[in-house]
Amino acid sequence: MRTIVNRWFSSRWGKPAWFLLSCLPFLWLVAAAFTDHLGANPAEALVRSSGDWTLRALCLVLAITPLRTVLGLAALARLRRMAGLFVYFYVVLHLLAYAWFDMGFEVADIARDIAKRPFILVGFSAFVLLSPLAFTSFNRAIKALGGKRWQALHRLVYAVAGLALLHFFWMRAGKNNFAEVAVYALLLGLLLGWRAQRRWGGSWRSYFGAAATGGLGR
Amino acid sequence: MLIQSPSDGFNHAASSDITPQSVYTRRRELLKGAAALAAGAGMASWAARDAFAESAWGARPGKLAPLASQSSKVEGAFTMDKITPYKDASSYNNFYEFGTDKADPAANAHTLKTTPWSVEIEGLVKKPGKFALEDLLKLSPLEDRIYRMRCVEGWSMVIPWVGYSLAELIRKVEPLGSAKYVEFVSLADPKTMPFVGSRVLDWPYVEGLRLDEAMHPLTLLGFGMYGEVLPNQSGAPVRLVVPWKYGFKSGKSIVKIRFTDKQPGTAWNKAAANEYGFYSNVNPNVDHPRWSQASERRIGEGGLFAKKTKTLMFNGYEAQVGQLYAGMDLKKFY
Repeated sequence: MRTIVNRWFSSRWGKPAWFLLSCLPFLWLVAAAFTDHLGANPAEALVRSSGDWTLRALCLVLAITPLRTVLGLAALARLRRMAGLFVYFYVVLHLLAYAWFDMGFEVADIARDIAKRPFILVGFSAFVLLSPLAFTSFNRAIKALGGKRWQALHRLVYAVAGLALLHFFWMRAGKNNFAEVAVYALLLGLLLGWRAQRRWGGSWRSYFGAAATGGLGR
Repeated sequence: MLIQSPSDGFNHAASSDITPQSVYTRRRELLKGAAALAAGAGMASWAARDAFAESAWGARPGKLAPLASQSSKVEGAFTMDKITPYKDASSYNNFYEFGTDKADPAANAHTLKTTPWSVEIEGLVKKPGKFALEDLLKLSPLEDRIYRMRCVEGWSMVIPWVGYSLAELIRKVEPLGSAKYVEFVSLADPKTMPFVGSRVLDWPYVEGLRLDEAMHPLTLLGFGMYGEVLPNQSGAPVRLVVPWKYGFKSGKSIVKIRFTDKQPGTAWNKAAANEYGFYSNVNPNVDHPRWSQASERRIGEGGLFAKKTKTLMFNGYEAQVGQLYAGMDLKKFY
């Protein structure tokens, strides 16, 4: 099974298939908009679904490394850049939908809105932090920055995940409606927790171990 | 604040005397037809009656039982704004007892049992008691009213309601001098309302008004919309409609009306007091932390690229209701 998946993702169809798959939500939204299938408030539907898909794309890109390591799906590494760029693609759509449908592209109104409403500020910050990641995603940028610095910069995605979640939480807090927020929190918590465990897990264990044995008065 | 009488400074025409175009064009056709047929007096009265049944918003949607009504004489009861398509008004709803997504109520509310139904009147009144829905429907003549409806989320609709002023019922039950507020309790039946019990809100859904707000002729006890009984997702079989306040103030599927001397704890106010005040009058100058209230999106108009329209103070009913809040700091009492 593992080899089949690996072989398939490494084949020349792997990337195009992933690309098409990632485009599907966008194509669906465009088709729905043109055929009047977005319900009574199409503007709100576009703003919200582009946001939803940004969060989903973010979970997906953060799942690549854990899946690759835990399940041994080495071929997934080839898709990471594209998956990351799709997060940016959907967040740009989300921002455009908001700026256009909610704010009518009135720059002054948008600036005031960002300053006034905390959840907009948080969402916008996530977008700003994600931008340098998208713009340094090509090979020459990696070379120019050097691997270490490039990697450090791209760790910003963890902050972006936190901000995106806070943005979503704050939006839903207006209606006290946290069921979906909890799902994303759990998912992102697992994905980031797995990384924290790998990075500091050993020392945590020894730290708690020392505390426990100390507590026993040995 | 400028004191306005009900007949000046209209943000919308008092159009109760204007016959809507759909009615008079149809009436002319019918009368022409009647003349062509060289019909007698009986025929002419049939034509007139038919034209009346057609009413202000054109043809009835034809989905539910019709509800006969007459044109309202209340000041401000008819906005001239274009009426929202029935399809939108009956498919895009906030009714958390049936789910938190706005498509949920239309999908889930078919389980609501609206017969038999009664409304209990209790608290500080001389004549408390239980009113069967049939008796409520006969309590006062049903009227057509076309109101703007502004949701706190920044969208709005224009809905032709059928009902009468809540004041008619209040006068019948004779509030005591000590009654200062009116509390409206919605049905909370976990068997027929799948989301009652979710932790989003305290159930049952409770809303409230000051007694003078409840007595205002624009405050409507609604039984129908678009010439038919209310669809379940819109709060069947009886609901409140307070057109100058955000939509959540208008309780749906009401089972109890209680008169009190203390300001009632209302559902959204209890959930987040800093976001939803007791008054919750439509006010473009007081923003909600999550939604700007300066403008609104009119549902069903102009499609995706339509510009938002400016929100009006008291949803455009300032001339009629402004005096209720004379001298109050509306930024404090939001």
